[in-house]
Formats: sequence, C-alpha cells, structure tokens
Amino acid sequence: MERDTILHRVRTALGRTANEAPAEPPPVYLRVPDWSLEERIRRFTEALEALGGRVYRAGGTAAVQEIVWEILAGRSAIVSADGLSGIPGVEGPYHDAARIREAASRVDAGITGAEYALAETGTLVLLAGPAEPRLISLLPPIHIAVVPVARLLANLDELLTKVPDPAAQTSAMVLITGPSRTADIEQILIRGVHGPGEVHVVLVDSETG
Amino acid sequence: MPIEQPAKIDQTLQDANLQLAIYSATGRLMAKRKDAISPDVCPDYQDLRTQANLVKKHTIENLDYYLEIVEKAVAARGGKVVYCRDATEVADFVLKLAKERDARLLVKSKSMTTEEIDLNERLEHHHLEAVETDLGEYILQLAHHKPYHIVAPALHLTRYDVADIFAEHLSAERETIPEKQTLMARVALREKFLAADIGITGANFVVADSGAVVVVENEGNARLTSSAPPIHIAIAGIEKLIPRAQDLAVFLRLLARSATGQPMTVYTSFLSGPRRGGETDGPDEFYLVLLDNGRSKLLADKGKRESLYCIRCGACLNHCPVYRKIGGHSYPWVYSGPIGAILSPQFMGVTHDPWLPFASTLCGACAEVCPVKIEIPRILLELRGEVVAAKTREKSNRWERLAFRLYAWAARHPSVWSAMGLAASAVAPDVPAMLNRGPIADWLSQRDLPPLPPKTFRQLWREREGTGVR
Ligand code: SF4
Repeated sequence: MERDTILHRVRTALGRTANEAPAEPPPVYLRVPDWSLEERIRRFTEALEALGGRVYRAGGTAAVQEIVWEILAGRSAIVSADGLSGIPGVEGPYHDAARIREAASRVDAGITGAEYALAETGTLVLLAGPAEPRLISLLPPIHIAVVPVARLLANLDELLTKVPDPAAQTSAMVLITGPSRTADIEQILIRGVHGPGEVHVVLVDSETG
Repeated sequence: MPIEQPAKIDQTLQDANLQLAIYSATGRLMAKRKDAISPDVCPDYQDLRTQANLVKKHTIENLDYYLEIVEKAVAARGGKVVYCRDATEVADFVLKLAKERDARLLVKSKSMTTEEIDLNERLEHHHLEAVETDLGEYILQLAHHKPYHIVAPALHLTRYDVADIFAEHLSAERETIPEKQTLMARVALREKFLAADIGITGANFVVADSGAVVVVENEGNARLTSSAPPIHIAIAGIEKLIPRAQDLAVFLRLLARSATGQPMTVYTSFLSGPRRGGETDGPDEFYLVLLDNGRSKLLADKGKRESLYCIRCGACLNHCPVYRKIGGHSYPWVYSGPIGAILSPQFMGVTHDPWLPFASTLCGACAEVCPVKIEIPRILLELRGEVVAAKTREKSNRWERLAFRLYAWAARHPSVWSAMGLAASAVAPDVPAMLNRGPIADWLSQRDLPPLPPKTFRQLWREREGTGVR
C-alpha cells in the first residue's frame, strides 16, 4: 500500500521507529498587542482603506440599514442572515444551497456578518456555518460586511488565541483582507479578479440583535 | 571540465525586453519585501524566522508522526487522506474518482506541486478538461508555458503577449488593456467555476492536528475552487505539514511579507473536510493527497534535508543575481532560482544538470532573505562536491585525475618537488604561455594563474637563514 510504503520510507530516512513519540515541539509563538478599542478601530480603518476597502461606523442597527442602503445606491444584493433583510433590493436569507448560488451569482452585492475582524491588517474573519454561506462574500462583485466593534481583535495572533483550532468550529474559515486583486499582468494592480473588487465594512458600535 | 549550460541562458541574456521585465518585476518585489519587514512594521521579523525554522525542523524530523496525526484528523472531519508515491499515482487517483463521479470539468488553483507532476497534461490525455484559474496560470496554460517564477508565474509576458494569447484562444478581439484582459478572464472562468465537477487546490500548509489545509491567495480563485464544485481535492507535498493551527501566526506573516510584501494576502482559507451538517454550501467530498515524489529520499540526507523547509515565497529568486539574469525558464524544472538550484539536483540526480549548483556566485543573498533560514549556499557547495565526485567517476576526466595524482605524488616526495620547483622557476616567464597551449588550456580559461616567481620558496628560505633574518 502507498501509505505504508511512504511512512516506512520516511521513518527509515529519519532513523525513527513506528510509534516513537517526538520531542516536544517548540512552544507556540503568539504576540498580542494591547490596543484600546479606539486604537483597534483606527488601525483597522487605516489598514483596510490602504488596500482600497471602505470602513463606516454605525451607532446602531437603524444606522446600519441607512449606510448599507447608501452603499448599494440601488444595486441588488443578497444577505447571508437575518438582520438586514428590510432594505429594498436586498434578498435572502436563503437556506438552500442551490438558491444561494443562483442569487449570489446574479446580484451586485453580498451582505454578510463576520465572526471577528483583525485591526492590524484590516482583515475580516468569516466562519462558514448555517448563517454564513461561503459564496455570499465571494461571488458578487461587492462585499459588504457588518461587524460589531466588540469583535474587533488586535491581530492574527489574538484570533488564534481565541480560536486555537478553527477546524473544531467550521469546515471553512476564511480571512479576507481587502478586495480581490491580481498583479499577474506586468505587475499592474487590478482589483476584483475573481472575488469582490469592492469591500465595505460597517463597524457597529453596540452589539444589538 | 567545461559544463554545458542550456541555450536558453544565452537567449535570455540577449533579450533586452525580457531582461528589463525580470529586473523590474524582481526589483519591485524586493522593495516591497524590504518595506514589509522593516522594524517599524515588523519588529520581530528575525524572531519569526527563528521560530519558523525551529517549527519546520521539528516537523520534518518527526514527519512520520505528524503524517499519522493529520491522517486521523482529516478522517475525523469527514475527509480522506490519499498517499501517492509519484505523479502517476496522483493522476490515477484523480482519474478514478472522476470516472466514478462522472466528472468532466476540473478547475484548479495555483499549485507548484501539481506543476511538479504535470497533472494537467496527464488529465487532458484522458479527455478531462482541467482549467487553471489563477490569472497568470490561466494565461500560461493557454500559451503552453511553464511558470517563470514561483509567485509571479507570467512575469515574462507583457500585456501585448497576453492580448495575442487571448485573441487566439478565447476567439475574442485583441485587447491590450490589463483591466479589460482581467475582466475577460473573470467572465470566462466564472462559467467554469460554476460548472466544474471537481476543484483541485494546492496547500501552502497542512495543519496536522486540525486535519486542515491552508491556502493563501489574492484573487479568490482558490476560494472558488474549494467552495463551488461538489468535490475538493487538495494536493500537497508531505513536507507541507505544520503541527498546530497556532503556528500559522508565524508562517502566514512571513510568507506574505517575503513573497509580495503584503502584511496578509487577500484571502487565507483554512479548510478542513467537506461541508458539515448545518452548513449551507461547500463541497460534499474532501480529499487530501499527500505526495512523496522523491521527498522521502531527500529526508535521509541530514545535511540537505532542510531544503524541505521551503514555503515557496520566491524571495530567494528575487534576490538572486543569477536568476535575475538568466530568468525562470533557464532552469531545468518548475522550481527556479536558488531553491530550484538545490531542489532539482536532489530530485533528479546531480548529473542531470551538473551546471546548476555552479550557477551561483555564493553571495548569500538567498540565505539572508529566506524566511525559514535554509542555508542555500552551503547546500550548493555540497552539491558541487557531489557533481565533481560524479564527474570524476566518468572516463572523460582521466587526464585531470592523472594530473592530480602526479601532483600528489610529487608533493609527497621532497626531492621531486624541489627539482620541479627549480625547473619551473628556470622557465618561469614562459610557463603561462606554455600551459595555455597545452592540454589543460580549457581548464585555465576559467582560472588565472599567478605569475611564477624567479626563485623557489626553498631558495628564499635558505638565503634568509644565511642572513639570520627570520
Ligand atoms: S528557499 Fe526560502 S526564500 Fe526561497 S522560496 Fe523557499 S522559503 Fe522562500
């Protein structure tokens, strides 16, 4: 069997025997800076806007609706979960894979939440789940994420401290840092090659509904 | 012993446009990396490198243990690990699965490992359509080119080349504006993503205890490849393992900064198993192919096994004065630059391309920028030794061996040695000219002979003893 051949070859090459426990791995290296909420908001905004994303602040749910409505400016959208379905032109949430796929490949914008956001790099953290399909933040040309400020972590190290094994929670965790881009032709930066070319993040001050 | 080099080198050196393209692209990547690791934005860069090196070393030295861990973890998440010894076994696995599921169309995201085994050609041979979806790789696939650079595969092509390629293969108008070209690719490929039966990705990392693959990218094509089709196959070399998800804090930071100077790539996907109960979309089946293809053999060499630490960031290519002149297509395999120069001889045998380990100034730039601290120049030197040893075994070097044997014999016999010295100094001014016409003229064409002194060392020593000066 290929498996046993390969394992045998590896063991022989390393001079190890089957079931031999390894030495302790090096201790993990995680550095979490101690940034205040305002500092995290400032850094997140700076980092994402440097990449061509846009960041907005909303005082509460009503304000969120208004901001999203303005971003959409009449364009069509699908929403991943309850909460923003009242806006004209916004459809969903759907719970059927085929329907999600059809709608997400047709509309202009996908509206999602985010489990966390990372201040240092302007990153959104999405965990695939019942309320967060994979394709809504991916197929439409515009991605709008609505994130309570309380979910703003300092950096990747803090995320991996809070979620030491993402596989325990989801089959797919994706970190999104700015709009989709390529530089494959003459190193010229072009946005929106396969994923959304626009990323808008609405930071919501108090966690409601 | 002159070692033959590929003609591609001369062609590249004489192509002024190509020289400019390589220089500016690698130069830009160097500048971006430099900014991204500067102390004000990445103060612990050197600590990160040390940690990355330690973690890789630990994993590689206990690889069998971690392979067994990842196998169990993938199974626990509903996926399956498939071990493959070589390229044929990977192709056989994919073909068999495609047949069972009646699959015709495969989409692929950028993966050096699948380039290594020519997977696309093997699949196409069996009438499966396998489409590359990374913009650069898509262009290369249409034009039948090999990647020019580990992270910038189409570095050698201009927008005008792309215009020609698209016009020919997409039966479209000739379009020279990169934005519009990108849009053409987006439209053509979007159709493929939504129709594909199987998605094949590589893996930048395989997290052993999570049973997960981590794929980093900027375009979104790897996300689509792993999310839209009903089957996801991730193909990774066995060396891609890291023990824990938390190790990613170090590796993701180093990879993006070293490769393109980004603090984070646009998308980082952490994928474990197929869609779970309750999740609304994602693949129904997940396979992790773990490929050996010569890696286990390489492991046996303690001095060189660190070649397997490589995270394919491409920084050593950008900083290599040789790569920057001869370009990616002069190298014999898909891996180019300094990392290619140490991997190719180890995978294909040192006699396959004996010039390769010598095509280096040993300036050390590669080792200095390598995020996992692979000592590339030291490994190149070892490989040089192996090339010479292999060559010495060949007949063509009879004369060189004889000459060195005579030399060794003379050096062990003081009387012979001093007689030779005297004879040589008597004709000192003529020696270089004599040698340049002689049988070792070729050998000397690469080496400068110092002028021979009129007196031998022994003569000088005796004279000095006479004067009492020491
Ligand atoms: S050898 Fe080091 S610098 Fe070169 S590609 Fe691999 S990790 Fe990067």
